[in-house]
Amino acid sequence: MRSRRKVEASPAEKAGRWADERFGPSGPMRNLLNKVFPDNWSFMLGEVALYSFIILLISGTYLTFFFDTSMTEVKYHGHYTPLDDVTMSRAYSSTLKLSFDVRGGLIIRQIHHWAALLFVAAMIVHMMRIFFTGAFRKPRETNWLIGSTLLLLGILEGFLGYSLPDDLMSGTGLRIAFSIILSIPVVGTWLAYAIFDGTFPGTEIIGRFYIVHVLLIPGIILALISVHLALVVKQKHTQFPGPGRTERNVIGERILPTYAAKAGGFFALVFGVLAVLGGLTQINPVWLWGPYTPSQVGAGSQPDFYMLFAEGSMRLFPSYETHFPGYTISSIFWPAVVLPGVLFTLILIYPFLEARLTRDRASHHLLQRPRDVPVRTALGAMALTFWVVLVASGSNDIISFKFAISLNATTWIGRILLILAPPIAYAITYRVCLGLQMHDREVLEHGIETGIIRRLPSGEFIEIHQPLGPVDDHGHGVLQYAGAPVPKKMNGFGDLGRKALGFFTPVEQTPANGHDRDGHGGEDKAKELTGGRR
Amino acid sequence: MTEPTRTRRGVLPRLRQPGSRFGRRLRGGVSLLIALGIVGSIYAAFAPSGSAAPAKGEALDVQIGQGIFDQTCISCHGANLQGVPGRGPSLIGVGQAAAYFQLRTGRMPLTQQGAQADRKPTLFTETQIEQIAAYVQAHGHGPQVPNGSLSGGSVSDGGELFRLNCASCHNLVGKGGALSGGKYAPALDRASDREIYAAMLSGPENMPVFGDNQITPQEKKAIIAYIQGIRAEADPGGSGLGRLGPVPETLVVWLVGIGALLLIIFWIGAKT
Ligand code: HEC
Ligand code: HEC
Repeated sequence: MRSRRKVEASPAEKAGRWADERFGPSGPMRNLLNKVFPDNWSFMLGEVALYSFIILLISGTYLTFFFDTSMTEVKYHGHYTPLDDVTMSRAYSSTLKLSFDVRGGLIIRQIHHWAALLFVAAMIVHMMRIFFTGAFRKPRETNWLIGSTLLLLGILEGFLGYSLPDDLMSGTGLRIAFSIILSIPVVGTWLAYAIFDGTFPGTEIIGRFYIVHVLLIPGIILALISVHLALVVKQKHTQFPGPGRTERNVIGERILPTYAAKAGGFFALVFGVLAVLGGLTQINPVWLWGPYTPSQVGAGSQPDFYMLFAEGSMRLFPSYETHFPGYTISSIFWPAVVLPGVLFTLILIYPFLEARLTRDRASHHLLQRPRDVPVRTALGAMALTFWVVLVASGSNDIISFKFAISLNATTWIGRILLILAPPIAYAITYRVCLGLQMHDREVLEHGIETGIIRRLPSGEFIEIHQPLGPVDDHGHGVLQYAGAPVPKKMNGFGDLGRKALGFFTPVEQTPANGHDRDGHGGEDKAKELTGGRR
Repeated sequence: MTEPTRTRRGVLPRLRQPGSRFGRRLRGGVSLLIALGIVGSIYAAFAPSGSAAPAKGEALDVQIGQGIFDQTCISCHGANLQGVPGRGPSLIGVGQAAAYFQLRTGRMPLTQQGAQADRKPTLFTETQIEQIAAYVQAHGHGPQVPNGSLSGGSVSDGGELFRLNCASCHNLVGKGGALSGGKYAPALDRASDREIYAAMLSGPENMPVFGDNQITPQEKKAIIAYIQGIRAEADPGGSGLGRLGPVPETLVVWLVGIGALLLIIFWIGAKT
């Protein structure tokens, strides 16, 4: 370029100009590519859910090539001899074919199922992170609503997929679903018959579930994920308080090249974990369960884990029918419709509830450490405990059987724990948060315990504390707590500036680029990487 | 027993020594023996032909069986199998199948009273079991496990029958399941063909009896072929996770799936 000679543009440049002149993406694209991702391990949890979903789409597409939605009965004659000549629906026989005769069919089916479980599990973990750090606060309430809806849709989508093979285990679940819909007052009967096109099981339900499972819900999920991510870009990431991090900037890495490379690698790792699970651990072996027939049922029939809480709620709730003059509400309505409904409503409205109760109407871009908001953290622990008790109770027949405890005992233990354990979890979490807060303040005031014991001339032993910063006349630290982690160990100083690298053992770093270490360099870098002003 | 002897003076005239306690006892004992002998021969004359003229070896079996029974079982099931209230039920008419099942699976002799007798290593040899079972069979008869091969026929028919009759308690693949009140239907991964057959015929504890008019011998053999076949079948999808369905899968996705990814996340976090 030194000579003024006109150079031929490279093909890539040409293509870029071609596209830019027609679609003009460079403005928005530049914004997107300049987006800065804060680096904190907990920010990768949502990515696990996203990547699981992508893997679900890809593996699911493969499954649709071979799955037959018809409930017409056929006699099976395939490779799986223990079911030879058994009458079954085409849906079930095509699942068998998919598992035993299609190349790669079984492992793709298993990866698909594991990915479904991981999708929901990762959403739950991601949601816990958002909740406990207060990332849902203004202006991000919309994304909380979208996220909660995604969780609900993920559960529904999973249940539909689980029902498709028309095996004896899932058919039992479908039977329960039919009864639950029936139990809804006034509209229940009409609704159940409309969904199943008549009485259970009918001949339509698998076909209907299929189209909702492969088209409708994935479409909605995809749209919601797009909005979810677009909002993250628009509203920018939250970040934990730390040196140079303020309410008005984001410190981290640009999307290209660092973040993209990291994300690509992480996708490969998520896929790797799912491939190992799908290749080495058998999931939902429908050929063992047999085809669905309403006259048969098996002990140990359970839904997938995301529905276990509802199963547990039904198992724990006593069979109280509610009688009104001329009308009876089935006992199943309360645990199977009302309780999940209340739980999800609480999840949805939580950000607004908290804002109203704390009268906090400000916008927040800095995250909170869970210990600094003990009430919220304790509420979260309480909700999680409630959920875990329900999930465990949904498996209580297997727990009873494996640990030789009476089923009646595990049911009663479940009932008692469901009422007692959440408040206990609340109390313990609250105390732990306060304790951690106090310890932070104490270290800020008195310094870090060095482990060095000195004997004073008087014979008294004292431990030497290393102050974290300047001290006042009394030797007390003057640093104020700012919501960032306080180092508690001598080698934990790294927390303040750059993190110590290394997983099992810290990696020695040469202080060559010393400007990173003096704490001010960090701010320069912060400015450099701030993805524009908010 | 003193009343009848008094009226039958002529039978034992020489032993009649009034006032002698020894004499009274002797008289009593002898007359008891005679009475038992009469009852026994009347019973033998009228009893059904099965045991009226038992083959020599069978009679010997019953006799040896009785010997073992009187040593180990009598405390709970009583002499003559009539049962002891509060300890053990009467075994009259339960048949060879019940005795074979209970002894072969080590459930009897019962060692501790619980919700249900557990399977244990058996105390007896196969011959001893057949002998005790023969003794039980000799009292009131009852269902008997036939000889010969007990497994065969169509595995898929067996599977259908299994799902219809057994899966509600024993789980879809015979992995067992909990029943109410601490009772349970055990996993069917250890029972032999004969034990399964005997279980169906005798219906131990909470298990219903599946007589030959409910499930024909042919169907029973098919069920056994299915149970044994599915047990031996390899899991094509990898580790079977105990074939217990979604609950172990839940544990795996959280502990292995989420667990591994968290480690990976920490690892990436520590590298950057
Ligand atoms: C400690 C007491 C005890 C002893 C000793 C004992 N049993 Fe039992 N037995 C029971 C009780 C109680 C039951 C009923 C509950 C059960 O089946 O677990 C039973 C049930 C049985 C049954 C099943 C009855 C039916 O209706 O199917 C058989 C057969 C049997 N016992 C045989 C034996 C034999 C043979 C022995 C000796 C080797 C023996 N038992 C020793 C207590 C005992
Ligand atoms: C109502 C529930 C129920 C049904 C239905 C049932 N069982 Fe059972 N089964 C039980 C119980 C309970 C036991 C344990 C009995 C005991 O411990 O004395 C048992 C024990 C057995 C055992 C002994 C297992 C061992 O290892 O000792 C076999 C074999 C068995 N059942 C087979 C069957 C077969 C085959 C069918 C179907 C034809 C069937 N059961 C149906 C409840 C049931």
